[in-house]
Amino acid sequence: MINILEVNETNKMIEQEKLDVRTITLGISLLDCCDADLDALNRNIYDKITRLAKDLVSTGREIELEYGIPIVNKRISVTPIALVGGRACRSPEDFVEVAKTLDKAARDMGVNFIGGYSAIVSKGMTPNEEALIRSIPAALAATERVCSSVNIGSTKTGINMDAVKLMGEIVRETAEATKENNSLGCAKLVVLCNAPDDNPFMAGAFHGVSEADAVINVGVSGPGVIKHALEGVRGENFEVLCETVKKTAFKVTRAGQLVAQEASERLGIPFGIVDLSLAPTPSVGDSVAGILEAMGLESVGAPGTTAALALLNDQVKKGGIMASSFVGGLSGAFIPVSEDQGMIDAVNRGALTIEKLEAMTCVCSVGLDMIAIPGDTPASTISGIIADEAAIGMINNKTTAVRLIPVIGKDVGETVEFGGLLGHAPVQEVNRFCCADFINRGGRIPAPVHSFKN
Amino acid sequence: MSKTIITVVGKDTVGIIAKVCTYLADNQVNVEDISQTIVQGYFNMMMIVDTSGSTKPYAEMVTELDDLGDAIGVRIRCQREDIFTKMHRI
Repeated sequence: MINILEVNETNKMIEQEKLDVRTITLGISLLDCCDADLDALNRNIYDKITRLAKDLVSTGREIELEYGIPIVNKRISVTPIALVGGRACRSPEDFVEVAKTLDKAARDMGVNFIGGYSAIVSKGMTPNEEALIRSIPAALAATERVCSSVNIGSTKTGINMDAVKLMGEIVRETAEATKENNSLGCAKLVVLCNAPDDNPFMAGAFHGVSEADAVINVGVSGPGVIKHALEGVRGENFEVLCETVKKTAFKVTRAGQLVAQEASERLGIPFGIVDLSLAPTPSVGDSVAGILEAMGLESVGAPGTTAALALLNDQVKKGGIMASSFVGGLSGAFIPVSEDQGMIDAVNRGALTIEKLEAMTCVCSVGLDMIAIPGDTPASTISGIIADEAAIGMINNKTTAVRLIPVIGKDVGETVEFGGLLGHAPVQEVNRFCCADFINRGGRIPAPVHSFKN
Repeated sequence: MSKTIITVVGKDTVGIIAKVCTYLADNQVNVEDISQTIVQGYFNMMMIVDTSGSTKPYAEMVTELDDLGDAIGVRIRCQREDIFTKMHRI
């Protein structure tokens, strides 16, 4: 039987250490919505999303109340729209109409984000996919809740450098298109390598073609819980440190698994995966940087940071895998700058540069995330950064992502406010040397030798 | 149906258990186990209860117990037991 100490431990995690379930994401296949007529396509998409998601928010609230654990976000991911809109959309403008439909469905269902305004172009781009990509700046400017992602490479296919070049331009255009709002559109646009089909976290969530008609994926969180646990083992050796992270990750993930199963049962939609990620928020005490500092670093960014992050990521997986029957998505530690007060502080004190963040992305679950850069950064430089991250992902068989925000009109030293979970960020310095000749070559980088495993 | 855990935490005053138990009795909730400690003057109680005989919607009971806690000046939480057993038992 459960005892009072265990009950108090769980409730302390929730009340004082900010344990929460970060998101219940309902993945919906829109492949059966395809139509040659744009109006019919939009109608099919709206009807299917609203039919399947009508109880998502209320069910999430019910679970939250009954178990006493906050479920911060209820979200929807859909099949990459480049595939769904292929027959009906003959121009980027047509795709923007689909984005508006997604936005309306999300608003009417009460979810804060809907992901899947996406294209998977790891090896090549169809005309439809290129049209969708070219529509992204207008789509993100015309909508509030739509998130967009483009997968430009994978370990199996290599890197599509034409897409990398194009995405540098698209990121800049998106920044321009939303410049009245601190270039906020770029916070909802992520460029991925090795994108998973079942990621519940935005902005990179989409419902891959390998998925069933509808599925419930859950993203857990809990940086504050891990940090608190580590504060209890200060000065202990690495064995104790790793065991502590692992055991705590197990507990955090079990809460996610329970919520996922409950949501799945109550909504009558199959359970997909639990994503084990540690996702920080801008609120104090909910920081991945805070965990690394609790391990013994004066500031995140100091020598030792990459090793600390590597062990954190690995132990979170080891603890989490046993806690859940199906694990997927990104699963690891997120290191966004604007969404993590500890990261913001580290940048402000001069301890954390983009180059160090890049090194950190080699050992964590994502990439260069929510980093504000000067508004005059050239498109080719953004493409260069995307190519670097994609190379890390391709060579290391892992997901990497780039979510940079070139804030139009702002320069290094200024701060930009995105609001809510997206937080605020100091504009960071980018290496000013040019890579345009490299990016402009065109074509693709072949798959690495270790991808040939057949 | 799984059990429910009710926890009461706050400054110790006369009649906390009586008030919580009265509410539960009024709503046909059966108390199966009670444990309590007082840490540094703070009252800390856990009850394992069975709500299967109650007709009150679960969410309503959570809210009403929360309100009762506000009235007494303590924090009352009502949670399904699974959140604790899943986390602390393999």
